[in-house]
Amino acid sequence: MNQPIYIAGIGAISAIGYNADECLDALVNSQPGMATMVYFDSVHRQRIPVAEVKLSNDALALKTGLQNTKSRTALLSLSAAKEALDDAAIPGLDSLRSGFISANSVGGMDKTESFFHDFMADPQNGKLRDVIHHECGSVTELVADQLGIKQYITTISTACSSSANSIFFGARLIQNNILDVVVAGGTDALTKFTLNGFNTLMILDEKYCQPFDENRRGLNLGEGAGYIVLVSEKVADTLSKKPTIRLSGYCNANDAYHQTASSPDGTGSFLAMSGALKKSGLDASEIDYINLHGTGTQNNDIAEGTAIKRLFQAPYPRMSSTKSFTGHTLGASGGIEAVFSVLALQHGFVFPNLRLETRMKDLPFTPDTSFIKDAGLKHVMSNSFGFGGNCSSLIFSRS
Amino acid sequence: MSIYIRATGNISPQNTFGHPPFLKDIVEYSSNRLSCVEPDYKNIIDVKLIRRMSRIIRMGVAAAIECLQEGEIPVPDAIVTGTAYGCLEDTAVFLGKMVEFKEELLTPTAFIQSTHNTIGGQIGLMLKCNNYNNAFVHRGFSFESALLDAMMLLNENDAQHVLVGAIDEITNASHSILNRLGLFRQGSVSNIELFSSRSKGTLNGEGASFFFLAKEQSDTDYAKLEGLSTFYKPADNNEIEDHISRFLSKHSTTFNDIDIIITGRNGDLRSDKIFDDLDQGIFKNRSVLNYKHLCGEYPTSAAFALWVAVNILKRKELPVVFNARRNNPMPPKRILIYNHYLGIHHSLLLVKAC
Amino acid sequence: MSDLKTQIIAQLNLQDIKPEDIGNDQPLFVEGLGLDSIDALELIVLLQQHYKIKLSNAEDGPKVFRSVRTMAEYITAHQPTNA
Repeated sequence: MNQPIYIAGIGAISAIGYNADECLDALVNSQPGMATMVYFDSVHRQRIPVAEVKLSNDALALKTGLQNTKSRTALLSLSAAKEALDDAAIPGLDSLRSGFISANSVGGMDKTESFFHDFMADPQNGKLRDVIHHECGSVTELVADQLGIKQYITTISTACSSSANSIFFGARLIQNNILDVVVAGGTDALTKFTLNGFNTLMILDEKYCQPFDENRRGLNLGEGAGYIVLVSEKVADTLSKKPTIRLSGYCNANDAYHQTASSPDGTGSFLAMSGALKKSGLDASEIDYINLHGTGTQNNDIAEGTAIKRLFQAPYPRMSSTKSFTGHTLGASGGIEAVFSVLALQHGFVFPNLRLETRMKDLPFTPDTSFIKDAGLKHVMSNSFGFGGNCSSLIFSRS
Repeated sequence: MSIYIRATGNISPQNTFGHPPFLKDIVEYSSNRLSCVEPDYKNIIDVKLIRRMSRIIRMGVAAAIECLQEGEIPVPDAIVTGTAYGCLEDTAVFLGKMVEFKEELLTPTAFIQSTHNTIGGQIGLMLKCNNYNNAFVHRGFSFESALLDAMMLLNENDAQHVLVGAIDEITNASHSILNRLGLFRQGSVSNIELFSSRSKGTLNGEGASFFFLAKEQSDTDYAKLEGLSTFYKPADNNEIEDHISRFLSKHSTTFNDIDIIITGRNGDLRSDKIFDDLDQGIFKNRSVLNYKHLCGEYPTSAAFALWVAVNILKRKELPVVFNARRNNPMPPKRILIYNHYLGIHHSLLLVKAC
Repeated sequence: MSDLKTQIIAQLNLQDIKPEDIGNDQPLFVEGLGLDSIDALELIVLLQQHYKIKLSNAEDGPKVFRSVRTMAEYITAHQPTNA
């Protein structure tokens, strides 16, 4: 039950790069991806910056081979999932038990929005092909079919912790001897539904977000997809590039405080982080870097910060929110940030928390604001906290 | 390790909530839309909380509460839910307002309610449960994924008991869209007579079914959950029969040990063809019964089938409405459930009497 | 204020509560009616939709929405005059 789970491949697409290498480059060179909307359209265009993937649906279709009439959520997902699988280069994949565990928050909503506009005028209107991939699971299957994976496919949707949950669900499928290889992570495209939804909660920043800053104003929405390929030790041994990074800890806990707000003392976050440590057998002091959930909202950052204060002691681990680069990619955030955590471990890099000007006065620590190389990382923690009090924490370790 | 189904809670188009006599008072429908028989939620959920719960959330929360009360566990070690469509009504409300008001003057409640883990989240919130909470949203595998997650948690020793359930609703919009996709029977149709005529189309259904799984046996368990298997887009009948045979042998069982087979026949001659073939093949002369005339067709209907199966085993009754051939002596000891949704998502469940 | 109470009940889906049940000076949040942060956001939309008043700073919420009376006073003070 406790066999080590190796990361054999990674893939990502976000506002800062079309693949993992490009994203790494941007992270190293402090190049964030927020801007005024270009591909996405909304009445809020001039007021709300977003972190778009700088590709139209046509370009994504060309890149992935999936039709441009399919949901952008699926196009982004396929791009990153295929990259991860290619990166893993698993010999004899066809003879192994493989699975695709994806996550997203609103499925093919970008297409549903166009459908609904016509449907509302008359229920006989609206193109059915725009709504048949509305469901979260349909988007996953579009991608699974392209990847050629059919042994086990499912989709998790727990808001912003979705793809962190899909990653460790994938790991457990291997540990329970149900699968040998799992492509796990998540995806989300910008939609009017989510943009306007977050706007009603008044937690969007009209400027570029400043996670963990005392004067932070809110989050910037982003889009993208991130997947990692998890393999059993047996499969890891067959790879020409022997993997050195493992998923060593994970936990999901519930804040049980409010539908959307986090408890002031960060109960859910605390439980998720301490649970992940317990699963990994590590002590808090052994965590070298935390990739924060760090959305930039008043509520999340103080709750997460308080939970870290409760769990860790000085000297605190290095930490940063890469949402200062990619924005909050919702269902994709756990997956994209897992990729960034693996990159951090592979290279020994700590990515900066951008635009932090004034540290939070209630916390005895503050994220790193410059890029650090040769950080000598052995264990990295990645946090993802979502609505419904859903809190997840993953720990990656380097052998 | 054994997994016991200790309690259930079910809101469906039949009289199933409140643990009434088992499918005695059958509800007959004459349209292609079967709607749940719902309780008065004010008697079950705090009024202050109800105001922020749309219909599907009330259904899910009420079914979960009924299950927990029967199981006599105040806080489960984990809560896992499955829903294919999520909170459709809230989604439509928010979408509708967004279109109508051109992205202005929108309110947060419908948006917040529309996230797919809201039902599980509300249950966790009400119980102040800080434990594992997950939500699967994958079409005809939503319930089965949730069930597998629950089974793995018990196997990993991370939980001693798990509350697992599935919820899906019909809304006017979803019924209209699915109808346009040609899924349903047209004209006047009785659900009770669903299998009497060979025709295209099935009936739309919905439901909220919860189960309390535990590792420790109790005096009041419904049944043991012996096995679960799913397969995706099988190429042909051979592949389906192969899956079924391998599933049985994995659980050291043969068809001779299966007393009842519950199938997901839905009255649509296209999707029922596999069941016709199996009836002539490996299911020949077996005691086979159907359930979708009672609850309709929907992606998480296997949860209703499981509810039927465990009630048959616990109560040692086989309600008349199933019109089942009885080959083996009562009471039945082992039940196999085989269902598929749109020919894409196939699942097998094996339950055994305690 | 009676109209305002009816609007609040409708906006927040406060079933089983009638306008007479809400006191003019009764605290709306935490105690009293027990509303929360999501309700505050709903009330902000109510101001905009019914009274054309935009409360752009959510932090003013607790002051403005403390009771029906404070809401009514704010509306009277800020309602755009009809041209």
